[in-house]
Order: sequence, then C-alpha cells, then structure tokens
Amino acid sequence: MATVRFLGVGEPKPKREIRLPGWLPAYLQAAPLTLILACFLLLPLLMIAVVSFWDYDFAQMYPGFVTMNYAETLGSWVTWKTYLNTLKFAVIVWGITLFVGFWVAYFLAFHIRTAAMQTVLFLVCTVPFLTSNIIRMISWIPVLGRNGLINSALVSAGIVPEPIEWLLYSDFAVVLAMVHLYTLFMVTPIFNTLMRIDKSLVEAARDAGASSWQILANVIIPLAKPGMAIGTIFVVTLVMADFSTVQVMSGGQSASVALMMKNQMSLLQYPAAAANAVVLLILVLLMVAGILRIVDIRKEL
Amino acid sequence: MTKAAEIELASVTKAYGNTVAVHAISLKIPAGTYCCLLGPSGCGKTSTLRMIAGHESITSGDILLGNANVTDLPPAKRGTAMMFQSYALFPHLDLVDNVAFSLKMKGVDKDTRRAKALDMLKLMQLEPYANRHPAQLSGGQQQRVALARALITDPEALLLDEPLSALDPFLKIRMRAELKKLQTSLGISFVHVTHSQEEAMALADLIVVMNDGRIEQAAHPRTVFERPATAFVARFMGDHNVISGRVSQTENGSVTLSVPAGADFRAEGSAAETGEPIDIAIRTDHIRIGETAIEGFGFTGTVSNIEYRGSSVKLTATGAGIEEFTAILGDKVFFSNPVKVGEAIQLSWAPEDVIVLGRAGN
Repeated sequence: MATVRFLGVGEPKPKREIRLPGWLPAYLQAAPLTLILACFLLLPLLMIAVVSFWDYDFAQMYPGFVTMNYAETLGSWVTWKTYLNTLKFAVIVWGITLFVGFWVAYFLAFHIRTAAMQTVLFLVCTVPFLTSNIIRMISWIPVLGRNGLINSALVSAGIVPEPIEWLLYSDFAVVLAMVHLYTLFMVTPIFNTLMRIDKSLVEAARDAGASSWQILANVIIPLAKPGMAIGTIFVVTLVMADFSTVQVMSGGQSASVALMMKNQMSLLQYPAAAANAVVLLILVLLMVAGILRIVDIRKEL
Repeated sequence: MTKAAEIELASVTKAYGNTVAVHAISLKIPAGTYCCLLGPSGCGKTSTLRMIAGHESITSGDILLGNANVTDLPPAKRGTAMMFQSYALFPHLDLVDNVAFSLKMKGVDKDTRRAKALDMLKLMQLEPYANRHPAQLSGGQQQRVALARALITDPEALLLDEPLSALDPFLKIRMRAELKKLQTSLGISFVHVTHSQEEAMALADLIVVMNDGRIEQAAHPRTVFERPATAFVARFMGDHNVISGRVSQTENGSVTLSVPAGADFRAEGSAAETGEPIDIAIRTDHIRIGETAIEGFGFTGTVSNIEYRGSSVKLTATGAGIEEFTAILGDKVFFSNPVKVGEAIQLSWAPEDVIVLGRAGN
C-alpha cells in the first residue's frame, strides 16, 4: 500500500487505509490454485468415484449405489492378469530407465567439465520431446517392422536367415518404446541431485582411499537416492497409466490396465471403467507411498 | 602414532593451461612442524596444498614425503590426510561411519572399524554425538569430526585447507588453540593454508608467505614479522610502514633513499647501488611523534586520521611523498600530548628500527 506523491506538489491527501483482517490475504493468495485443483482434479476424481458405484446397461447409466462394478473388476481373472502384465511392464521399464538414466545423469554431472556443455547436452536429451509421443512411438515401426531397417540389415548381412518376428508387435517393442519415452523423466531428477553433490565429498572419499567404484557405491549412489525416487515415481505412474504405447507397439497382443479401461469406455461401460480407475489410482498411490517410505525426498522439493 | 616425516617440495610447478599458478617453488618442512601457507587469495597456496595431498597433478617438479617420492602416488597412498575447507563430511552417514569411512574402504570389518572410530570420536570429545548426522552438529563439532576422519588413517602429515574460515571469530580462536594442542600431542606435521596472518602467527612454527605463485619468505613467525624479506611480506603481515624509493647516495654501509617528490631517508646495512630501487620498512609501533628526528630517520607529516583502539591509538599521517604512514601509539603516550586531524606533526624512528627489504622475486 505504498503511496506515491510528488514532494511539495499540492496538499498531501489524507491516506485512505483499507484494513484487511490478518488471515484474509493468505487465503486470497492460495485461492486461485485451490480453485484450479478443486475444479480440475478433485471434482473429476470425485465424479469418477461416484460413477464407479452406478449401475449401467448397454445404453445407459443408472445413478445408484451398487458395488457390482468392483466385484466384477476384482473378481475377474482377466483384471488380475492385466494388472500383473502392467506391473511387469512397470518393473522392467523402471529397471532399465533407472540404469540408463543414472549413467546418463552421472556422465553429465561428473564427466562434463563446463556448465555450458552440460546445458547443451542436457538440451540434446530433450530434443526428442519436441515431437509428440505418438509420432516418436510410430517412428519405431519402420525401424523394427518385418521389412524394417533392422530386419533388412540383418537379413542382407546374412546374420539371420529370415526377419525376426518379435522385434515389433511384442512385449519387447512395448518396453523399448516406453524406455525411449520415459528415460528423460529419470535423467532429470537424478541429474538434479547429482549436481548438488559437493565435489569435495568425492575428493574426501578419494583421500580416504576409496576407488572409483567405492566412491560410486558409498557416496554418489546413496546421495542420488532422492533423485532416483522422484524419477521412479514419474516412470512408474506413467507406465501404469499408459495405454497408447501398449496398444500401438504390441499390436493389440498385450494388455494394460489403462487399455482395458479404454476398451470398457468404448463399450459405454463407464461405471466399470470408473471402478477400474479407482482401483488403479489406489494401487499407484500405494506404490508412491511405498517409495516415499523408503527414500526421504523432502530435501529435493 | 608418531611417525612424522619431512615434506620436501623440489621446484614444484602447477600450470592450468597457459596460466601458471605455482612457479617452481622449493620448500622443506621438517618433521613435526606446524607449517602455515600464508597469502592472499589466488597466490597458489591452496594449489600447493592440493598438490601435496595428491588432489592436483603436478606439472613439473617432485614432492617427497620422508624418503619416498610421492609425486605420482594417489592421495591415500601418500601417508597424508586432508581436511577440506567445507569439511566435506558425508551427509548420509552418521559420525561413526564418517570417521570409519577410510577403514571401510580398506575392507576392515564392521565391528573393528566402528570400535576404532568410536575411540577417535572419544579423543575428540564427540562420543555423545556418535549416532548423529553431520547436519545436526555445530560448525566447531563438524570440524572436529573432519579432524577425526583425517587422523584415523594415521597420517604422517595432516593437510588443512583454510580449516577455520567457516567458524565465527570466537570459535576460530578456540579451535586454533585445539589445533595447536593436537599437533603438539601427535607430533606429526600440519600444513595449514590460511589468508589470516594473525592465525599463521598464532599457530605456526614455520610461516611460508606466498604471492603470485612464488614463496616470498619461509621462516619462523618471529623472523617473518621482525625481518620481513620483501615489501610484500611487510605489507601483508601488517603493522609495518613500507617506504619505496631510489638509492641516491651510498657511504660505508649506509644508504640514502629518495622518495619520488618527497624526502630522503637513511638506512643502515644495505649493499644497494646508487640509482637502484629500494624498499624499507619501519614497524608502526616503533614510531614516535613530537620528538626531533635524527636526519633521515623521520619526517614532518599531516595527521589524516586518528582511530582510538582502547589500549592504543592508530594515527595515520601523510607527508614527504608518503601517502599513508601509520603510527601505533600507546594510549598514555598519545593522550599526554594529543593531536588533531589536520595538524602537522614530527614523526621519527630509531636507526636500528629500519628494515631494508629485498626486491620481490629475488
């Protein structure tokens, strides 16, 4: 409430003071974000939870409170198989992205000397993100396909007698595409934590006689854990919710929870899909809670 | 754990690309010495320490520890231990594991190394905090942990990179007494990098004053203070007035120097030739005011500033071509005959208080 007036010009105006109660400004400042989160996160989630208890037939939904949707979802072996399949993808993709992501971040943080080069190389990592997910995924098809780049190269080099079938439309293809899509989500937080490690800690460890591997195992990896945890949360939640990659890269031969929901929705079984969504949400929240229990990430936020 | 060893640097040079940080310095640090590398920032003192520690490669020259040439050995094989400026304690480990780190790296089993680390913590009076993490400690405690971690390797020399710079003034003085006590009781050499001449004088048996990658003087603190070798040393140690001029006249062991556009001063015991540049230093606490000076051992100046310091008064004067000339006077002496800023006063000193300084680089 600063007042600007020119010294010596005119009569000083009496100050009009608007007195606000002390608690009001804080609430006002928090209001916009609260509103956005309430309208676009909380409300839709509530609606999904409500709809998951509704009844439905082939044409219509009937408001009500039935637990049939949950009973059907949890009672069907297809659901369990799909969840297991999704978890399998999550674990494999998590393992590979963690490995690749850590080494990329390690290289960027400890082997690139100049800050400018670090920034340039980090931006290079993000270049693929200038195109959409779908395009990046589809661009694998001419590479991996039956008559694609890899197969024709292998066949013409005489390494394999005929094209390898499992390159495309397989779990391998799904995992490959997911690793491609999600590794950066692992690189970024790990790079962030590694950059914050005091370089003199590495020297202190070397002074104490630690070899490069011992430094890695005893100093760098323990200190990179929060970054790994954040990356893990990103990758796991993304993989658990993925349907397009699984659909395109497996050619419909593999299933994921989100894909199952999409199919239910195209059959207008919204309450069933909603129940499924609630179950998936609870599962993912439990996984995130588990990660947070193991690693303390508060320092990173 | 007394197995002190002499440290010897033989024309050690460090170059980063085209810039030379350390110019072929040679230095001998006798076994069991508290040595302070003293100089302004960027003078090459930290580079020198890091070369002794093995954290910096040596461009040319050799470093010997005891009878072994350690020039190409990794840090842990040299028998030195380093304490880092920021202490570099591992934030994810508790104190015991921090101190036991080097033993773990050597493959000592868990119980043995934890017992040894606990002994070391006891020595540093940190036992009650053994299971805390470094972030839960005060600066002084962190420093003691860093000391314990460095000493558990049983080194022949301990290298300290500005160990007191992160502490508040009160703690600084306490910790420096502890450092000196520790060095005396262990009997090993400490090499301590600092930019504080006060710290160096309080601690060292050997002060190595460095400037611009070269050693200006390496001697006992008393020698460095009472007979500074160069104008840089005299200025850096403080409490000296340095007068620069050219020799205008020489006669049997006594020279007369002329300050450009100023007065002439005399100094005994210099072999300088006529026309050569020459620097002399006079201790600020050896200056008298108001007394008639012997010719060439005083001048008349204008008081430009007076600072009261309790037991003494710092008086600054200009005149005779000298921009700033400081006299530290006892409070009794000053207040028995006080002067004001702007007054003209006679400043004088005794012939034996004049120190003839060498030229830098000689």
